[in-house]
Amino acid sequence: MRHIISILLENEAGALSRVSGLFSARGYNIESLAVAPTEDPSLSRMTLVTRGDDAIIEQITKQLNKLVDVVKLQDLTEGAHIEREMMLVKSRAVAGDREEIKRLIDIFRGRVIDVTDTTYTMELTGDSDKLDAFLRALDPKLLLEVVRSGSNGIARGERSLRA
Amino acid sequence: MEIREVELNGSQIFVQCLKEEGVDFVFGYPGGAVLHIYDAIFQQEEVKHILVRHEQAATHAADGYARSTGKPGVCLVTSGPGATNAVTGIATAYMDSIPLVVFTGQVPTHLIGNDAFQEVDTIGITRPCVKHNFLVKDVRDLALTIKKAFYVATTGRPGPVVVDIPKDVTDPNVRIPFVYPKSISMRSYNPTVKGNLRQVKKAVDLMLDARRPMIYTGGGVVLNNAAPQLTKLVEKLNYPCTNTLMGLGGFPASRRQFVGMLGMHGTYEANMAMHDCDVLIAIGARFDDRVTGNIEKFCPTARIVHIDIDPASISKNVKVDVPIVGPVGPVLDDMLKVLDESKREPDAEAITAWWEKIDGWREKDCLSYDTQSKLIKPQMVVDKLYEVTHGDAFVASDVGQHQMWAAQYYRFDLPRRWINSGGLGTMGFGLPAAMGVQFAYPDATVACVTGEGSIQMCIQELSTCKQYGLPIKIINLNNRYLGMVRQWQEFFYQGRYSMSYMDALPDFVKLAEAYGHVGMLIDKPGDVEAALKEAMALKDRLVFMDFITDQTENVYPMIPAGGGLNEMILV
Ligand SMILES: Cc1cc2nc3c(=O)[nH]c(=O)nc-3n(C[C@H](O)[C@H](O)[C@H](O)COP(=O)(O)OP(=O)(O)OC[C@H]3O[C@@H](n4cnc5c(N)ncnc54)[C@H](O)[C@@H]3O)c2cc1C
Ligand SMILES: Cc1ncc(C[n+]2csc(CCOP(=O)(O)OP(=O)(O)O)c2C)c(N)n1
Ligand SMILES: [Mg+2]
Repeated sequence: MRHIISILLENEAGALSRVSGLFSARGYNIESLAVAPTEDPSLSRMTLVTRGDDAIIEQITKQLNKLVDVVKLQDLTEGAHIEREMMLVKSRAVAGDREEIKRLIDIFRGRVIDVTDTTYTMELTGDSDKLDAFLRALDPKLLLEVVRSGSNGIARGERSLRA
Repeated sequence: MEIREVELNGSQIFVQCLKEEGVDFVFGYPGGAVLHIYDAIFQQEEVKHILVRHEQAATHAADGYARSTGKPGVCLVTSGPGATNAVTGIATAYMDSIPLVVFTGQVPTHLIGNDAFQEVDTIGITRPCVKHNFLVKDVRDLALTIKKAFYVATTGRPGPVVVDIPKDVTDPNVRIPFVYPKSISMRSYNPTVKGNLRQVKKAVDLMLDARRPMIYTGGGVVLNNAAPQLTKLVEKLNYPCTNTLMGLGGFPASRRQFVGMLGMHGTYEANMAMHDCDVLIAIGARFDDRVTGNIEKFCPTARIVHIDIDPASISKNVKVDVPIVGPVGPVLDDMLKVLDESKREPDAEAITAWWEKIDGWREKDCLSYDTQSKLIKPQMVVDKLYEVTHGDAFVASDVGQHQMWAAQYYRFDLPRRWINSGGLGTMGFGLPAAMGVQFAYPDATVACVTGEGSIQMCIQELSTCKQYGLPIKIINLNNRYLGMVRQWQEFFYQGRYSMSYMDALPDFVKLAEAYGHVGMLIDKPGDVEAALKEAMALKDRLVFMDFITDQTENVYPMIPAGGGLNEMILV
C-alpha cells in the first residue's frame, strides 16, 4: 500500500515539476517528496512516498520511467531498505514541562538544539512512524512548530541506484 | 581529421538544423519573438515555410503531414498567443502519439518571468501534453537541443516535442561555431528496440491454443509501419482481425479476415467476436474506453497477449496475461519466425467453427442503411466517395458523426490514408490536416470529410489553400446539427436538443467562392455520384461540396455508456 520510490533524475530546471505534474494530472497521491543534488551534480535524487494498490503503483513506476528526465528508478519497498526522515520541532517549554520534554526527546533519541527561557527546539531522525509517534507523545498544547524533511531512503546491502 | 567549423548565428543554426533533419516543410506564423528566425528563413529556399492563418492550423497541418508520411511534422510559432494557439494541436498530436517538433518563440532570457510582452510559460502550459519539452537558454545549446527534440519525437512511442527559444538565442549578431551532431544518446531516454523472445514464444503458444482467437490492432501498427507484418500474420493464422479507429488501414479492409472497426461505433461482428473470444491478441492498441466499453464486461473469457512499445500502455486498463514490450514490426517479425519454426498449427476445426459464428454475426449487416431515401444519407456519400476515388484517396476527417461514417464506410486498404483525431477528438482538425497531407502528396486525391460544425472551427484555412493551390476536396456532410451531440441528446436526454442546432449557417458555396474556390451544393441523392465525379475531375482546384444530408441520421451500431461490447444499439 505505502511505497517508497527512489528516483534519479536529470538535475535540470523543470524536472521536479514534471514529476509533481504527473502525480496531479493522473490523480496519484504524494505523501512526501524529498529531492536534492547527488555527488554527481548533473543528477538529482528524489525520494517519493506514495500510496496505492499494486495496479496503481505499477502505473506510477511506469509513468515515472517514461518521463524523459528520469534516468533510473527503484521501488525501495520491493526489498530490504532503510528509511529516514528528519524533523525539527519547536515546543513551549516552561516550568515542569522542560524536564518532561527533555525526557521524551531522549527516549526517542533526539536532541535539543536550541533553548530559550520558554522554548525548546529539537531535532529527531527516524522513519516516519517514529516521528509520528513522538508527535503523538508530545502534549499538543505545547507544540509550536513542526518541520519534516519528507522521507529519504536507500536499499540495504549490495542493491544500489546509480546512473 | 579536422572538422571544419562554420560560424553561424542562432537563426541560421535553427534553419541549418532543420535542413540536417531533412525537413521540407515548416508550418507556422510569424511574430515578434521569432522575427530573427523568419529573417533567416527568408534567406534560403530549401526549407519551405507554409503560412497558415491560425497557429492551431499550423500544428494540425504538421500533424497531417506526419500521419501521412511517417516523418515528423514541424511548426514554428511566436511567443504568447502564438504558443497558446498551438496548444490544441499539440494536445491532439500527443493523444494520438504523433511525432511533431513545435518551435515556439519566447521573450528574451533576461525578461523571462517578468510578465514581459507576449510572455507565457510555454514550458509549463505544454508540459502535460508533450512527450517532452525544452527551453533553450544559450545559443550554444541550440543545435544539440534540436537534435534531441527530433530524436525524442520520432523514436519509441512517438509524440510532440516543444522547443521554446527566447529571442536573444537567435540574435543575428551572436555567431558561434556550428556542428550538427551526427547521432545522439541520452542516458535518461532509451526506447526499446526489440521484444523479449521468451515472451514472444509464450504468446505464440497461447495463440495456437486458441479456439476463438481475435486480433485487435491499433495506431501502433500504423505508426511503426508494420502493416505488412500484420497482414502476413493474419493471413497465416486465418484469425479474425479488427482495427481501432486509429488502426484503420493497418490491415486491409477488403480482406476476408477483416471484421471492421470495434468499439463504441464498431461493427456487430467485431464487438461480438471481441466479447466471445478466448484469446485476444492486442497489437499497438491501448484499450481505450471507447474500445472496451464497460471494463467489467470486457472480453470476459479471454486470455490476453499485448504488444506495445510503451510499458505504461500494458495492463493500464485491462490486465494482460502475456505482455510484450517492443516495437510492433520487429516483434511481429519474431513472432512470424517462431510460428514458422513451430511444429504446431492452429486448431483448424475450432477456427472453422469460429468463422461460422462470426459469419453469422456478419449476416446482420449492421452497416446497412436506407438506400431508397429521398434525402441524402451521409453513409451513401462516403460509399460513393469510396467508389469514385477507387478507395485510393487520403481521407482526413473532423470530429463527429461524419467522422464515424467516414471510418465505417471508406474501406481503408492502406495505412496512413485515414487521418483523424481519435484521442482528443479535436473539431477543426480536418481541413488543416488535409493541407499537411496535400503538401506531402501534391498529386494525390485528398478528401476532407467534415461537418458544418467542425469545418467552421478552422475555416480560415481556405485562404491558405488558395495561396498554395491545394486541391483538397471538402465533403461537408451538412446535417445542420452538431450531429454527434444531437444523437446523444436524442438517446439519453429525451430529445432535449440543447445548443446542438447550428443556426445561421453560412452559404458554404458562396463562402468557398469568396475564398477563390469552387463551391457545390448537393441536395438530392441522385446527384451525389455525379457531383463527386465532377469535383474529382477538377484536379487543380479546391472544391467545397456541401451535401445537405438527412438531419435525423444516427451512427449505428452504438454501445451506450456502461454497456459491454455485446450490448449494442443497432439500427
Ligand atoms: C467521436 C469519436 C468516437 C470514437 N469512437 C471510437 C470507436 O468506436 N472505436 C474506436 O476504436 N475508437 C473510437 N474513437 C477513438 C478513441 O477515442 C481512441 O483514440 C482510439 O480507440 C485509440 O486507438 P488505439 O488503441 O489504436 O491507440 P492509439 O492512440 O493509436 O495508440 C497507439 C498505441 O500503440 C502504441 N505504439 C505506438 N508506437 C508503437 C510502436 N512503434 N510499436 C508498438 N506499439 C506502439 C502506443 O504506445 C499506444 O499504446 C472515437 C473517437 C471519437 C472522437
Ligand atoms: C473543439 C471541440 N469542441 C467540442 C467538441 C464536442 N463535439 C464532438 S462531436 C460535436 C459535433 C460536431 O458537429 P459537426 O462537425 O457538424 O459533425 P456531425 O456530428 O454533425 O457530423 C461536438 C460539438 C469537440 N469534439 N471538439
Ligand atoms: Mg453537423
